[in-house]
Amino acid sequence: MIRTVAIVLAALALCACSGFQTMLDPAGDQARDIDVVWKTMLVVCGVMYVLVLGFLAWALWRARGAGRLAPDPITGETPADPQLRRSLTGWTALIAAGLVVLTTVSFLVDRSLAEAGPGPLKIKVTGNQWWWLIEYEGDLPSENVLTANELHLPAGRPAVIELRANDVIHSFWVPNLSGKEDLIPGRINYIAVTPRRIGDFRGQCAEFCGLQHAKMAFDVRVDTQKDFEAWMRRQTTSAANPTDARAVTGKQVFNSKACVMCHRIQGTDAGGTTGPDLTHLKSRRHIAAGTLPNDRGSLQAWIADPQGIKPGTKMPRVPLSADELNAVVAYLETLK
Amino acid sequence: MTPVDGHLALTAPPPEEHVRLEKTWSDPKGVWGFLTAVDPQAIGKRYIVTGLVFLVLGGLLAAAMRAQLSRPESGLIDPDRYNQIFSMHGTTMMFLFAVPIMEAMSLYLTPLMVGSRTMAFPRLNALSYWVYLAGGILIWVAFAMDVGPETGWFSYVPLSGPQFSPGKRTDIWAQMVTFTEVAALAAAVSTATTILKMRAPGMTLGRMPLFSWSTLVTAFMVIFAMPAVMLSTTFLISDRLIGTHFYNYAEGGQTLLWQHLFWFFGHPEVYIIFLPALGFVSEITSTFCRRPVFGYPVMVLALVATGFLAFGLWVHHMFATGLPHLGNSFYTAASMTIAIPSGVQIFCWIATMWDGKPRFPTPMLFVVGFIVTFVLGGLTGVMLASVPLDTQVHDTYFVVAHFHYVLIGGAVFPLLGAIHYWYPKAVGRMLNETAGKVSFWLIFAGFHVAFFPMHIMGLWGMPRRIYTYPEGMGWDGLNLVSSLGAYVLAAGFAVYFLNLIVSARRGQPAGANPWGGGGLEWATTSPPPSYNFGFTPVVEGREPLWKVKDKLPVMTGLSADHREVLLTSVVDATPEAREGSPEPSIWPLVTAVALTFVFLGSIFNEWFLVWGIPPLVLAILGWFWPRPSHARKTGAKREQAPPGALA
Repeated sequence: MIRTVAIVLAALALCACSGFQTMLDPAGDQARDIDVVWKTMLVVCGVMYVLVLGFLAWALWRARGAGRLAPDPITGETPADPQLRRSLTGWTALIAAGLVVLTTVSFLVDRSLAEAGPGPLKIKVTGNQWWWLIEYEGDLPSENVLTANELHLPAGRPAVIELRANDVIHSFWVPNLSGKEDLIPGRINYIAVTPRRIGDFRGQCAEFCGLQHAKMAFDVRVDTQKDFEAWMRRQTTSAANPTDARAVTGKQVFNSKACVMCHRIQGTDAGGTTGPDLTHLKSRRHIAAGTLPNDRGSLQAWIADPQGIKPGTKMPRVPLSADELNAVVAYLETLK
Repeated sequence: MTPVDGHLALTAPPPEEHVRLEKTWSDPKGVWGFLTAVDPQAIGKRYIVTGLVFLVLGGLLAAAMRAQLSRPESGLIDPDRYNQIFSMHGTTMMFLFAVPIMEAMSLYLTPLMVGSRTMAFPRLNALSYWVYLAGGILIWVAFAMDVGPETGWFSYVPLSGPQFSPGKRTDIWAQMVTFTEVAALAAAVSTATTILKMRAPGMTLGRMPLFSWSTLVTAFMVIFAMPAVMLSTTFLISDRLIGTHFYNYAEGGQTLLWQHLFWFFGHPEVYIIFLPALGFVSEITSTFCRRPVFGYPVMVLALVATGFLAFGLWVHHMFATGLPHLGNSFYTAASMTIAIPSGVQIFCWIATMWDGKPRFPTPMLFVVGFIVTFVLGGLTGVMLASVPLDTQVHDTYFVVAHFHYVLIGGAVFPLLGAIHYWYPKAVGRMLNETAGKVSFWLIFAGFHVAFFPMHIMGLWGMPRRIYTYPEGMGWDGLNLVSSLGAYVLAAGFAVYFLNLIVSARRGQPAGANPWGGGGLEWATTSPPPSYNFGFTPVVEGREPLWKVKDKLPVMTGLSADHREVLLTSVVDATPEAREGSPEPSIWPLVTAVALTFVFLGSIFNEWFLVWGIPPLVLAILGWFWPRPSHARKTGAKREQAPPGALA
């Protein structure tokens, strides 16, 4: 028992320092509004629960020792009946009143969530088994940004995210910013988010989407408007040509092996679109949709055996010699 | 050992009448007798035992999942196996345990509670059991052969469609659903007809036991809800097998159509599980508080209201799919409204305790555990009804916590109480009280330790249906606690089941009415004879046995030499006619086998739908083939066969 309590306390302490995927630490307008509904619910439902338990405890207390031996049943009207009937009416009215309050709060907040606010940033997110394609529309086609598994947002500016799916249903969910919205093949959905706090957050697919549903996460970075614009500018640039000899070899390997069939690296011959864009791979925090940290060891492990790390992933194991593997990783590390 | 009480069966016939009735109503002995049985008690018992076997199997799957999730990045179970396990857990618990066992309880109890010799369609009951058994065996054999379902018990398209779920896994799942729904429909039709037309004289609708009211409402819900899921799985299987495009958006189909059809069934489904449980709670509370449940008319209205409202809530499973906001708000209001009938019923039960003389043997402990647990689950249900809040907690462990609170707390606790309560009636022996109490406390404590932390996991962002999670999300400790709780829960179930097994041999013999209950089922011996009641009881109040001291008014006039039942009017239960009731028959089993041949074959080749029809037609012809009347067979004076003796 003591151990259980200790574990719960430890878990609570842990949560306090890892609030990057929780609805209880809102960092945007929508999540904050929903938090109001949550707190209202918690209070109203909490009071009702206490009332029920109180009545139950009272009933049990009153009845203590009453029926050790089964006494004769009571069949007629009892003296307490009229009083209980009045209480039942009152109880029903109380439930109804509580529900009216909750429905109203819920309805008003729902309306506020449907409105994005003026001048929203437009982003398109497409769900794939099991990664996220993210596109920003610039003023000119050359300013469009294509990236994957990492969403950048400016603080204080509303963003409207258009949600689509290429294969099966997924669900876009960043609990610190807003509720979730499904990405459904054949439909287009929208979700509005207005982040307020600068920081790193995490989102995760919330609709079961097959074998690797568990490993379909993404990072969210909320920046100042200035930092966001700088990030956007960097993302529109093409990949720089590698200078390091090993990275040059790596580029050749990348372009001569199966890698190029699925991945795009802007400014090179690699133009595949079935996998994530790698033009600025090293600017992201994680690889394989939140599965591994983006460091050299992880890149090597992932390329050497993607099926071992994320069984069923659409990325095949491409046979590479040790030298080739090291070269490809060296090349990928230049994609900043 | 002496029986628990000296109560004799109030409806016991004189000895020589007993012999004649036994000869008329007994199913044959031996294996053949087992296969041809039509006695609702026999069918009900085997249905309940089968349901409990599936509960154990589904529970073992849950234990496996809790082992996998007890720590982050656990490699115990690979993702493909895990997805099959959680799909099988949901499928088994919903389709093979919860709904069938509630149907089974009503098959067993309905004729006893309404004072009838049998049910309206005994052969249909037999068919229901065989079809259900075939469906259960089918999917579990498939699972053992690594072709278990992998797309969840909800099997959303397009994930479950031909493109993303190749192979036979989903086809087998879809056909298993068809099996169990056919079984449920058959049982529901039989239950509803029995309750409406075969009640003992004087048992007006206003005097009906609350359990019968709840099963009556449930039966109608089954009749309206099950066709939706059969339609949806049939569309799915035809998309998969013969290339239709019901759900293929690229060819004009609709992805969301599946969700609408599935949840139009799926939400009433939880009330189909839950309403019979409310009936159990009412019966147990009334018996152990020594007074009728407070507010009978309100209770009945609440059951009926829940039955209607249950069909207007399904969209709250789809708040994140981008449906119009205004429309969603109606479903919010409807979903919240259901808190009113539920809240009213909770009040009435507590009021019954408050104003009664309660004692607390095991069934009553389960009732108190039910109130404490179910109310919490109901309140989180109110939270889920709110569109904005639902978009946060939908598809997280918060929802997992919620529906286990309402399904285990709201349906399984009452079921365990009910089994403990009616076990002496069915088996003739009492369960051990000490073991019963130990099992209750282990189950109650284990349940809350296992499931309460899931609320917090959900709020902290843990999605459902994930086979693993990374370290550092803050979920590790809670998951470990939850897994430990799950094993305590499992230990509680082990004690409970052991008690069921041991007490069947060693339990104290039970009299006709060991708990001093007021319902008609306590007016006959434990276990009841094949003909249930020697004389048809006549009912003069809601708790007929509490109205009388030692003599229950009865009615005579039903034949002892052939199977005859009394039909009464729907509202007032005034006697209307004597009706024949069918003899044991092998044809329900043959029909079930023929049906299995069609369903199973069609998974592999659509032509089975053609080849499979002649055997099915032959089986049904055999079933309905007119045969010499009982009188002619026994050489007695020629007599008109009672009408309706075929069905």
